[in-house]
Amino acid sequence: MQFIIDHYNYWLVIILMMAGFYTVISRSNLIKKIAGLSIFQVSVFMLYISIGHVKDGAAPIIESDVTVYSNPLPHVLILTAIVVGVATTALGLALVVRIKEAYGTIEEDDIHKQDQSL
Amino acid sequence: MMHNLILKVVSKFLIPLIMLFALYVQFHGDFGPGGGFQAGVIFSAAFILYTIVFGLDAAKRIIPPGVLKVLASLGVLIYAGTGIAGLILGGNYLEYGVLASNKLAGQHIGILVIELGVGITVASVMMIIFFAFAERGRS
Amino acid sequence: MIDSIIDITLLTFLVITALAIIRSHSLLAVVMLFGIFSLLSAGVFVVLDAVDVAFTEAAVGAGISTVLMLATLALTYKHKEEKTEKTPIHAGWLPLTVVLITGSLLIYGTSDIPAFGDAKAPSQTHVGPYYLEKSIPETGVPNVVTAVLASYRGFDTLGEVTVIFTAGVAVMLLIGRRRKTKPENTDSGDDNHDA
Repeated sequence: MQFIIDHYNYWLVIILMMAGFYTVISRSNLIKKIAGLSIFQVSVFMLYISIGHVKDGAAPIIESDVTVYSNPLPHVLILTAIVVGVATTALGLALVVRIKEAYGTIEEDDIHKQDQSL
Repeated sequence: MMHNLILKVVSKFLIPLIMLFALYVQFHGDFGPGGGFQAGVIFSAAFILYTIVFGLDAAKRIIPPGVLKVLASLGVLIYAGTGIAGLILGGNYLEYGVLASNKLAGQHIGILVIELGVGITVASVMMIIFFAFAERGRS
Repeated sequence: MIDSIIDITLLTFLVITALAIIRSHSLLAVVMLFGIFSLLSAGVFVVLDAVDVAFTEAAVGAGISTVLMLATLALTYKHKEEKTEKTPIHAGWLPLTVVLITGSLLIYGTSDIPAFGDAKAPSQTHVGPYYLEKSIPETGVPNVVTAVLASYRGFDTLGEVTVIFTAGVAVMLLIGRRRKTKPENTDSGDDNHDA
C-alpha cells in the first residue's frame, strides 16, 4: 500500500506516455501523429517535475515565511524543453503542409503507395 | 460584416489588455512566475487574435514581415551582445557582475536585458510562423 | 491530502482525454482535445508546485500549438471536405503489444525511484539547495527559476533562443512563400524565387 502511494504518480504518467506512443506508431494520419508526439512530450515533462516535487513544499520563489521549497532545477530544464518542443511541433506542421502539397494526401498509407508506384 | 461585429468590438477591447499583461509578465519575471518566454508568447497571442479577427492584410499593415525578421534577429543579438559586453568590460562571457559598479546591480541589469532579448525573439518568431501559415492558405 | 486528490483527479482526466484522442476519428475533435490536454497538464504542473512551467505550458500548448494545428487543418483539407482520418490498413495487435511491453518495462524500472515527494531523495540534495540558498545573496532575484535560467545557466538559455530563431527561419524557408503553382502540378520546388 505504501508502495502504491509512493509511486502512483509515476505510473499514471507512464500510462500517458504509452498513450502518446501508441498514437504515433499505430495511426496513419500525420496530424494525429504530431498530436500524439506532443502528448508524449508533455508526459515526459510531468515525469521530471514529479521527480522534483517535495512534499508540503512551496513554489521556488523565495519568501520570508516559507521554509521548504520544491527543487528548482527540473523546472528550469523543462522550461527549455517546452520551448524546444513547440519549435519542433511548428516545424513538423510546416512539413505536413508541404507533404500535402507534394503528395495530395496526409495519410501515411497513401503516401507509401505513391512512393512505391514511382 | 454583421456576423463579425461582436468579435471586432470585443477584441478591440481585449487586445491592448493582453499586450499590457505581456509587458507585466516580462518585467516582473524576477518576483513572480514569468520571464521572457511566457511574455513573448502572450504578446504574439494578441497579434494572432488581431490577425484572425481583422484579416491578414490589416495585420501586415501594422507590422510588415520585414520588421518581424529584423526583430527576431535583434533579440538574439541583444542576448549575445550582453555576453560580449561582459567580455569587453573585463569579465568572462555572459558575466553580469562587471556590467555595473555593484555586483548585485550588474546581475539585475544583465538579467533584465537578456530577458528582453528573449521576449523580443520569441514574440517575433511566433508571429513569423503564424503569418507563414496564414499566407500559404491564400492562393 | 487534498493535494493528492486534486492530482489524481487531474491525471485521470488527462488519461481519459488521451484515450479520446486515440479513439476519435474527427480531426477537429482531436485538435480541440489536444488543447484541453495542454490546459489540464498546466493544472497538474500547478499542483506539483511548478508555477513557471505551468505558465509556459498553458501559453504555449493551449495557445500556440493548438492554433498552428488548426491552421494546418485548414491548409490540408479543402473547405467543404470531411476532416476525418482513414482507418489504417495494417495489423492492430503489433503496436498494442509493443506499447504494453514498453509500458510494463518502464513501470518495472520506476519501482526503484525514491518515493514521490521525498525530501531526502538524491535529486533534492546536491545542486537544488545550493540554488535556493545562494540565489538572493548572489543575484538578488527572488524567483529562483529565473535566476537559474538567466544567470547560473545562461548558456543554455542562449542555445534555447537560438533554437527558437532557427525554427522560425526553417518555417519561413518551408512555407514562407505564397504558392505560385496550381495544386494539380506535381513538382513544388519553384516557389523560392524572390528573396
